[in-house]
Amino acid sequence: MNDLTSLVDWSRLQFALTAIYHWLFVPLTLGLSVIVAVMETAYYRTKSEKWLAATKFWMTLFGINFAIGVATGLILEFEFGTNWSNYSWFVGDIFGAPLAIEGILAFFMEATFVAVMFFGWNKVSPGFHLASTWLTGIGASISALWILVANAWMQYPAGMEFDPGQMRNVMTDFWALFSPIAVNKFFHAVFSGWALAGVFVIGVSCWMLLKGRNKAFCLLSIKTGGWVGLAGMLLTMYTGDGSAVQVARHQPMKLAAMEGLYHGQKGQGLSVAGWINPDKEWDDDRDQYLFNIEIPCGLSILATHDLDSFVPGIADIINGVSINAEGDTVNTVPYAERIVRGRMAHESLRKYDAARAEGDTSGMEAAKAELAANYPYFGYGYFDSVEQAIPPVGLTYVMFRTMVYLGSFFLLLMAAALFLAYRPEVLERQRWLMWTAVATVPLMWICSQAGWAVAEVGRQPWTVQDLLPTMAAVSDLSTSSVVLTFWIFAAVFTVLLVAEVSIMCRTIAKGSKSDLQKVNA
Amino acid sequence: MTLTGSLSRLASRAAMTFRKVWLFYYDGFRNMTIGKTLWAIILLKLFIFFAVIKLFFFPDLLGTMFDNDDQRADHVRKELTRPR
Repeated sequence: MNDLTSLVDWSRLQFALTAIYHWLFVPLTLGLSVIVAVMETAYYRTKSEKWLAATKFWMTLFGINFAIGVATGLILEFEFGTNWSNYSWFVGDIFGAPLAIEGILAFFMEATFVAVMFFGWNKVSPGFHLASTWLTGIGASISALWILVANAWMQYPAGMEFDPGQMRNVMTDFWALFSPIAVNKFFHAVFSGWALAGVFVIGVSCWMLLKGRNKAFCLLSIKTGGWVGLAGMLLTMYTGDGSAVQVARHQPMKLAAMEGLYHGQKGQGLSVAGWINPDKEWDDDRDQYLFNIEIPCGLSILATHDLDSFVPGIADIINGVSINAEGDTVNTVPYAERIVRGRMAHESLRKYDAARAEGDTSGMEAAKAELAANYPYFGYGYFDSVEQAIPPVGLTYVMFRTMVYLGSFFLLLMAAALFLAYRPEVLERQRWLMWTAVATVPLMWICSQAGWAVAEVGRQPWTVQDLLPTMAAVSDLSTSSVVLTFWIFAAVFTVLLVAEVSIMCRTIAKGSKSDLQKVNA
Repeated sequence: MTLTGSLSRLASRAAMTFRKVWLFYYDGFRNMTIGKTLWAIILLKLFIFFAVIKLFFFPDLLGTMFDNDDQRADHVRKELTRPR
């Protein structure tokens, strides 16, 4: 069991490492493509050299990020086949279809139009070039759509039926993949990319201003990046609110972990700042926080948009109290019973296997019917106790607050930078603000990664909600081989990151000294 | 207009288009500055990913261990229902 725990932990750590590195590149691609497209649209309409120079400069940075980041997501697909083979088989068609579409449609769309974007200046018409720039951004977002649809299905499995003969879930309704959770997740991730790119553009421009270079170019960039980033941040907050409502309905345990909430109540407060008591068990009477400051009724509003609604805590959910799809408080199957029914589902599957080996068709049908009755709790059959169904509370709590506080700070920062960009004489005197904008650039990635940590750590122990926990999804490999590949990835991705940062810094420094002077003319 | 004439014109147009696309990429790659470094990184990265990492460390486990889908399903069934 120790070895299994270690194998699961290392496999998760490896997947987290590769996903984190991949997500360093993706949001900047999503957001910068929009900013570049907006700049080129302005150039197309005005034919002004300043817009052309700005477009080309930020397009170069987009290209660096795109080139370094491209194909880093492939590693995740390698891992599905090797480290998570049980999972890959179990979900095969449903998970495979969106990924295949992503590979065929969006990848080729991006690859084609990126070439026109970089090689096509003066070779294709301005209109076609502009269309290619927009289509590159749209292609990147469509890529993200399929990946996020697949991810959302893991959090809210729908549109499938389990076939014990094939031992996999078979898709019955393709369009069910586009659940409200998937749509919300897609927009939340894409808009957060706009916000990240906005902060990036403002930070780089402020650095140039601090160096006294290319004032007109910097102000132009702050205005464009600021508007796109600000819109992105507001839309991220709006879709984040939608996510909270959906999490409350479909993954209440995740919401309870985000709050460190063990016993809910009507008009539940929202923890603004606090620290989770690490000794707290779900069934004891210890305080859940070592200290806590809360907004009265805040969590009820966040979860259901209703001031007085009940929000269940971890202990409530384990005991079978939850919120349904309409947002009403309901009694569901307690976790102890889910474990029993999950084990019954496993037993039915074993019976099905035995009947199949004997060619007993009626036995197979009977076992299949038994299995179907308990299949919604299939994953709980792997647990020895209800505690195993609780996600890491402390980490989820901290990551949620990291995301929210940094996001709110970026909103203020972008609003301030944008406001002052229209009053340059004031902005130039506020050097502290410009230094803050520069220092904020890496924080945007921390915020973005924290968002993913909330989504992925908060849904533990599941790979597929209620159906397959990570302990069952993992392949039976030697832990040492996973440890070895973990360190290989750590080395390769770190080299790529260092390459990206150094090439970007050189390009920014070079650009700020020469090419952009014409913007000031 | 004969069929042969139409086909010949079509082939000639296709060849011209192909040549234009070829020159578009050829000139693009030739005139790259920073892009050359980036392409070197992309190619090196793809080589490491596919020729080293995928080949030696990340086999398709079920694909290589079993001959058909029935065997794969049996294996996963046993894995997922084995008492823990």
